[in-house]
Amino acid sequence: MPKIKIDGIEFDCSENSTILDVAKILGIDIPTLCYHEGLSRWGGCRLCIVEIGRDENTKLVSSCTYPVQEGLIVRTASKRVINARKMILELLIAQNPTSKVLQDLASKIGLKEVRFKPKWETCIYCGLCVRICKEQMMANAIGFVNRGNKLKITTPFDKNSEDCRRCGACMYICPACTIRCDGPNPESVLCNGCYNALQPTCLEVYDNFSCWMGLKGECGTCVDISKNQKNK
Amino acid sequence: MTKLLSINEFDKISKKITERQDFNKHIISISSGTCGHASGSIKVAEALKQAVKGYEDKISIKLTGCHGYCAAEPNIIIFPQKVFYKNLKPEDAPNIIQSILKGEIIENLVIKENGINYTHIDEIPFYKYQKNILIGDNPLIDPKNIEDYIAIGGYKAFSKALCMRPNEIIEEIKKSGLRGRGGAGFSTGIKWEVASKQKSDTKYIICNADEGDPGAYMDRNLLEGNPQLIIEGMIIGAYAIGANKGWIYVRDEYPLAVKNITINIKQAREMGFLGKNILGSSFDFDIQITRGAGAFVCGEETALIQSIEGKIGDPRQRPPYPAQMGLFGKPTNINNVETWANIPKIIDKGADWYANIGTKTSKGTKIFSLVGKVKNTGLVEVPMGITIKDIVYNIGGGSPTDRKIKAIQTGGPSGGCIPEDLFNLPIDYESLKQAGSIMGSGGMIVLDEDTCMVDFARYFTNFLQNESCGKCSSCREGIQRMFEILTDITEGKANDTSIELLEELGSVIKDTSLCALGQTAPNSVLTSIRYFRNEYIAHIKDKKCFAGVCRALIRYKIDKEICTGCGVCKINCPEGAIVGELKQPHLILQDKCIKCGICHDNCNFNAINLDV
Repeated sequence: MPKIKIDGIEFDCSENSTILDVAKILGIDIPTLCYHEGLSRWGGCRLCIVEIGRDENTKLVSSCTYPVQEGLIVRTASKRVINARKMILELLIAQNPTSKVLQDLASKIGLKEVRFKPKWETCIYCGLCVRICKEQMMANAIGFVNRGNKLKITTPFDKNSEDCRRCGACMYICPACTIRCDGPNPESVLCNGCYNALQPTCLEVYDNFSCWMGLKGECGTCVDISKNQKNK
Repeated sequence: MTKLLSINEFDKISKKITERQDFNKHIISISSGTCGHASGSIKVAEALKQAVKGYEDKISIKLTGCHGYCAAEPNIIIFPQKVFYKNLKPEDAPNIIQSILKGEIIENLVIKENGINYTHIDEIPFYKYQKNILIGDNPLIDPKNIEDYIAIGGYKAFSKALCMRPNEIIEEIKKSGLRGRGGAGFSTGIKWEVASKQKSDTKYIICNADEGDPGAYMDRNLLEGNPQLIIEGMIIGAYAIGANKGWIYVRDEYPLAVKNITINIKQAREMGFLGKNILGSSFDFDIQITRGAGAFVCGEETALIQSIEGKIGDPRQRPPYPAQMGLFGKPTNINNVETWANIPKIIDKGADWYANIGTKTSKGTKIFSLVGKVKNTGLVEVPMGITIKDIVYNIGGGSPTDRKIKAIQTGGPSGGCIPEDLFNLPIDYESLKQAGSIMGSGGMIVLDEDTCMVDFARYFTNFLQNESCGKCSSCREGIQRMFEILTDITEGKANDTSIELLEELGSVIKDTSLCALGQTAPNSVLTSIRYFRNEYIAHIKDKKCFAGVCRALIRYKIDKEICTGCGVCKINCPEGAIVGELKQPHLILQDKCIKCGICHDNCNFNAINLDV
């Protein structure tokens, strides 16, 4: 059994598990988007990145696909990880500002600003629909077409597919189909609201950080009241 | 061709072929790769064949792969004197044949540089500073004839390897210090060792010939000019690793390479170098060709494997590495064309000989394709550790115009640029990495003052936004955003934070992407910011493009002192943006001008110039 060290915790994990599996067992929260328990690992959204290695040989890898190895050292929330994660989410939100899943993630990891022009696209190419169609519905009716900036998900030759049974699994699993509420400011790229409103709050005031756990709002459960008031 | 059944039989055949050569006969070797074809080598060859009629006993003609000197195409080398003639036309053919018969040299066809005539290939500056271990055999070989390859000592290395134990071969390769020529520079010996130690009944090897960098053609040249060298390297590798099947993944955009390699695999099979019980041993091996459909990302090893398997060519997680779980789930060893080409040379001449060439960490030679704003463009094979200055000025001959060379881009679109003041940098994997660039597969693009660094970074970013597979959001979206910001800068719409945003974005793309494409994609942007920040600032703050490339930031101006009022510019302007009476100085209406530069090109008095 490989022994790894994740955020300082030493852990004997089972063979063939990934860093994300171990983090889940230990209750370490790593945000994910293209990951789903019932589907194969894809590693495309890159939100679940963690830092591995030590000293100069550290690198960022996607925790959902990286297999555990003996002696692996993992940091799930180093500054480098958090900054990179924010930038990736910023890119995704700029691509598709209407997704509730993305907006919730933004509130959770504290993304404050989107510096790119919004594209208002509807797909973020996480590939969940392609995988559920293939692996769970056994239909293989949709897939990726083209590459790079012309990438899209569609049926073969953009025609109605005979393999599609209209089961709707693709829509069920799509993180971009659940549209965010229009809220007070529907044209804003970042709404920063819903996620916090749905969560229980431990303390009401975010600013003075009087958290009993000594955190500075990083756990994401506190409401950033000042921000909400500003929005209104 | 008879099938060879033992090493003894091979030795006999090899001796026979070598002895059959007539060293008194003149051989005209015509550079006839794809580059040669494009510049008319086929017509020259036809003319020479016509002219040689009647003298076939004295002169023979050989169509070979590229000789490397692209600027001199179509060119020929006349053996045994090694006379080099450049830029030939079909009309030159009769003269050439007559001069050979008389033992003369045609002075106006030889290379001239700085007033000196260079007759022989060894004297020509372009070749003098090179060390041609791999491409040096090209002029001697008809790539459609395996016997030519055997005549220069081909397959000797393999017959030697067959008498060695596989682990001895791997030790030899490790000792030679050979590193992967595809770009990353991982030790080939260690890679082989990992693959050979895997416990599996089936193992595969792959030759990566998916060379997609714009302006790079080292692999094409080897595949077209000397395909047997690669096949021999693969056979030795397969024997060392224990693989029985090999693939050559070659781009379909290289039709001549596909054709030559197909012919050569067939000939190697007929001679018994491929197939069952090779040369009487218990070793079986065969090679299959897979043609790539043109995706740049398929040059990445895991994407290449997916592509051979018939899936979408997108990279997958490593580990497990291909050496552990590769093609069809079996241990697979992938090496670049140039890496495979080095193997027979190392086995033949020994690891110590190879390790003597190059620097402490990078051994052997490397082929670069030297293109861009340089006099002698072409393929150059140089020992590792040579400086960039040597390549650009001694081999390349410096700038073809009066504009100063300002930088060089190494490693293709994923590489970075290195400014002129760092040209003393020795070329090896570590130095290039330290300078922010990479060795890559060996593209070298020389840039001069007419190149705008922002526009240049934008060009490569555009290439990569099209060629990213689109799997990783950081690479797909990130590169598109970099392109967007760079476009804004070239159009004068960027703001003060643009450079910082590019740097931040670039470092995140490098950090978080799955494969080498994303991990190296921001290099051209990041290095151009690092070394040419002033150009970026000039674009953003002063709205000026020094090189006069970014249309939105330049203006054309008519010099009233020089303008004669001839009206040529006025007639040619597609927008009617030039006004003025005949014989009176003209004026450009800036709000109508689209900066196409037609007036500038057509002015007979050089009165219209960029207002920088």
